[in-house]
Amino acid sequence: MMGRPILSRVDSEEVLVRARGLVKAYSTEPVVKGIDFDVRRGECVGFLGPNGAGKTTTINMICCFVSVGGGELEVFGQRVNGDARDIKRRLGVVSQENNLDPDLTVLKNLLVYGRYFGLPREHRLRRAEELLEFVQLEEKRDSHIRTLSGGMRRRLTLARALISNPELLILDEPSTGLDPQARHVVWQKLRALKRAGVTMLLTTHYMEEAAQLCDRVLIMDEGRIIARGTPQGLIEEHIGAEVVELYSTDPSHSDAMALLQGAADHVERAGDEVFGFFRRSESARALLPVLAEHHVVHRRATLEDVFLRLTGRELRE
Amino acid sequence: MTQLTTRVAGAFRVWLRNFESWKDFAVASLVGTVAEPLLFFAAMGFGLGRFVDEIQGQPYVAFLAPGLVASTAMNAASFETTFGSFTRMNEQRTYEAIVMTPISVGEVVAGDILWAASKSLLAGAVILAFMLPLGLLAGPLAAAVLPLTFAVGIMFGALGMAYTAIAPSYTFFNYFFTLVIGVMFLFSGVFFPLDGLPSWVGWAAWFLPLTHAVILMRALTSGTLEPSMWVNGAWLAAFTLAAFWLSVRLIRRRLIR
Repeated sequence: MMGRPILSRVDSEEVLVRARGLVKAYSTEPVVKGIDFDVRRGECVGFLGPNGAGKTTTINMICCFVSVGGGELEVFGQRVNGDARDIKRRLGVVSQENNLDPDLTVLKNLLVYGRYFGLPREHRLRRAEELLEFVQLEEKRDSHIRTLSGGMRRRLTLARALISNPELLILDEPSTGLDPQARHVVWQKLRALKRAGVTMLLTTHYMEEAAQLCDRVLIMDEGRIIARGTPQGLIEEHIGAEVVELYSTDPSHSDAMALLQGAADHVERAGDEVFGFFRRSESARALLPVLAEHHVVHRRATLEDVFLRLTGRELRE
Repeated sequence: MTQLTTRVAGAFRVWLRNFESWKDFAVASLVGTVAEPLLFFAAMGFGLGRFVDEIQGQPYVAFLAPGLVASTAMNAASFETTFGSFTRMNEQRTYEAIVMTPISVGEVVAGDILWAASKSLLAGAVILAFMLPLGLLAGPLAAAVLPLTFAVGIMFGALGMAYTAIAPSYTFFNYFFTLVIGVMFLFSGVFFPLDGLPSWVGWAAWFLPLTHAVILMRALTSGTLEPSMWVNGAWLAAFTLAAFWLSVRLIRRRLIR
């Protein structure tokens, strides 16, 4: 699996997923409000958005698990409607919730799942052993699911999604709820798959995850795509290069505030924090000696800044 | 339109999943499915049977046994597609995982119902195995009890599945088991013939699916099958088709939003 040459991903023209004016409402409540996007073979596309943005609904429509409410959705060149057996045959899905089969052992989870795809037994066995090695669960092959940690379960879910050699891997928040170690292991595995040329579509609200893995990011909010581009491109377009954070607990805060406001390209307040965004890192650096006595944090702009800038800072529950 | 063979293969893969998770606990599961009807068989057939003269020209135990095969098939299948399927659908999210593969909702439902019917068949076969040495089987026609037991399992499996699709929680199965399964267990002619009762009872019992299953079971074990009984067979077939159609529709509505 890893031995395959790296595919040229960005210049591939083959469109695996094509959505135009895609809409979905649950009873009367609209969740996805007309979105357009493409996923091409070989690329990794990330849906970023706060809770309730419509990310999971969107990918569930691709998985044929939520019916298309309106607009167009084509997967592998086929319109999605009802039990799209031929589409599902070519997809690998890692759901957000754990839905491993608790009645079966680790190995049997893979074998039984492979059988749903009609794969022959020898093929399933060989592939299952390969995948257990890939996700580092060989020693757990005969264990029951309830004895696995959260990270192990997620890795097994990933292995399960790969049993049929899917052309498109769909991951709904693949590292949510994992501790940092487990999360990094999942990322490692996903990077390895990306190098092997696997097309991936993932949702996440970890900005770091999107920045590390995705060639392109679509930021969703309230059922719409509000920004799209490469992680670096989005940062440059919406934030700039660097950020200086200032805390208002500082007694001479107002002087510093004035200085920051004068120098930064854009200033934003949130609670006891003030953020100064700089397009050019030289301007940020020039300000630092002046602010030396104040409590400031100077850092590079991240996707999280873009995200918060675009989706606002109110809590989403 | 997907080919029938693809659909049958899909349902069978779901059946195999259930078999695979069951076989490690087969003994414990069998005791639950089989022991209870056998205890009934012994207690009612021989205990109560000593005080009852013949019913319809046969000893009480011979009258009771085929009824118990039918009611056991009903219970085994009903438990499987209510508590079992509800757990797989809602607690374990197994249905969700399966329908994201090439398997359809209809195949998941059919696979679970066929699994429920297999448990009915197994339990029915055990009772039949006790009836044989006791001389309670009149002739070779009694072998047809096995496919009939399987068919009764499919019918009640489908009925349980349709109820599961609309049940908000486990507690709601109390209604089903008391008001539907419980009523049928007692008033479908398993323990006493319905013809001696006020006519409206027999009339009402005609609407209970178990009644028709019991009539056919008894005809097969006692060798009294009559051509007119095609009506009972047709009744069962029609009810089974309706329940299956309804269960697929309702489960799809619950699963795919």
